[in-house]
Amino acid sequence: MTQNSLGESAVQQTIQAQAKNNGVAANITQTQPLWLLAEVTYRCPLHCAFCYNPTDYDKHTQNELSTEQWIQALRDARKMGAIQLGISGGEPLLRDDIEEIVVEAKNLGYYSNLITSGVGLTEKRIQAFKDGGLDHIQLSMHDITEEINNFITNTKTFELKKKVAAMIKNHGYPMVLNVVIHRYNIGHMKEILEMAEALGADYIELANTQYYGWSLVNRSQLMPLKEQVEEAERITNEFREKSGSKMKIFFVVPDYFGDRPKKCMNGWGEVFMIVTANGDVLPCHSARVLPNMTFPNVREDGLEYAWKESPAFNKYRGDDWMKEPCRSCSEKENDLGGCRCQAFLLSGDAESADPVCSLSPNHHLIEKAIEDSKNPVLSEKPIIFRTDKNSKKYVAGDKERIEDFHALP
Amino acid sequence: MAEEIKHSDIYDIALHHRFQWEEAQSSYVILFPEGMVKLHGGAGEVIKLVDGKASVGDIVAILKEKFPQAENIEADIIGMFEMAVGKAWLRQV
Repeated sequence: MTQNSLGESAVQQTIQAQAKNNGVAANITQTQPLWLLAEVTYRCPLHCAFCYNPTDYDKHTQNELSTEQWIQALRDARKMGAIQLGISGGEPLLRDDIEEIVVEAKNLGYYSNLITSGVGLTEKRIQAFKDGGLDHIQLSMHDITEEINNFITNTKTFELKKKVAAMIKNHGYPMVLNVVIHRYNIGHMKEILEMAEALGADYIELANTQYYGWSLVNRSQLMPLKEQVEEAERITNEFREKSGSKMKIFFVVPDYFGDRPKKCMNGWGEVFMIVTANGDVLPCHSARVLPNMTFPNVREDGLEYAWKESPAFNKYRGDDWMKEPCRSCSEKENDLGGCRCQAFLLSGDAESADPVCSLSPNHHLIEKAIEDSKNPVLSEKPIIFRTDKNSKKYVAGDKERIEDFHALP
Repeated sequence: MAEEIKHSDIYDIALHHRFQWEEAQSSYVILFPEGMVKLHGGAGEVIKLVDGKASVGDIVAILKEKFPQAENIEADIIGMFEMAVGKAWLRQV
């Protein structure tokens, strides 16, 4: 699946909408898992180079939660206030019980969203989802060209995606497209937007690649130039103004080219709760990369314990954990020191400022990454695609390329 | 620019949007792809009456009767419609 699809745009939208007055609440409820992301499987027919899923996902493809366990998780989270449900993966359609999960979600009052590559969506299944009360389907698209789509996903799925888009539209679903942006498609921004419009998209999220999991392994090969990102944003803004269309466009700015980090997940353990294929409960998609942490699991711990009591969810709530320069920073409320996973993956210290911040003592790591992406020796290395075979290598400890990112010079 | 709301206009909840009471929030909410807005009491009271049949004028009349002490209630209701239409939470029928 794509990394930004459930994240910032949703919460930002909520907060922006709520910030306006006129009878609409001015603040969000704190520490309530409004959003439940169910990563029901890590199996996936696509092999996207930018996938944020853990590189060792292969460990978790044999011990997936059962249908009953998912239904119980949905019930428990709903009691705690969860309202938006994302059914994701991997490719969720590789499970044959999504129909049952959808029906339960509807009965419980969730606004449910299937996040899919489209592979495995048939007329029969989409009809069952519609009848069962699934609220919307978010489809990942990759490019306007067959070549790039097939290259970056390491599959031949271009024609299929167009067919699935039409199927979604024909069943009266809102068309929500997610396009992860990277070096290989950033030059096609205008064409991608035109394609979305032609498909009848209601929403399109242009999610610049963030570097976790597989995308971190392939960072030098995927990262576009800053000038390309600026040009892409300019084209997007121009399209927004000119098209006069009702298509809502979210352009998720890449943090490497900013000088302040993002408020990751809108704050650790604030509004997002993720249950992974094997039942781990996480405050963010990639939290399992963090050292010395034990995450709760729905098989042993209830979701209520996970959210309220577990040491993992409490660890980075608030700002007591912060080090300098974050601790005394006048802007700390804006971003809460950025992303813990990114801080750890790049600097080796999970409690340090996100290196994206220009005030971070480790900011040079970002500058070096940007330089590396311009270095032809690194940027032309073969991409390591998200495949079971490659994942098994990571599980087996063949981590030489990941280890690079841990070491501080 | 705010949409001009007329008393004869009839609205319904926009396609792909859902309006529901949310116990955990103790308020009405509007749900849509990738987001949610929480409506304060007054705003919820207005949207609750939007059903694709009642006109804006009908809704003003109902709420005036329900909240006789409220001052300027009509302007508030129209303001709520302007915002909700502007945000595309409502569609005209």
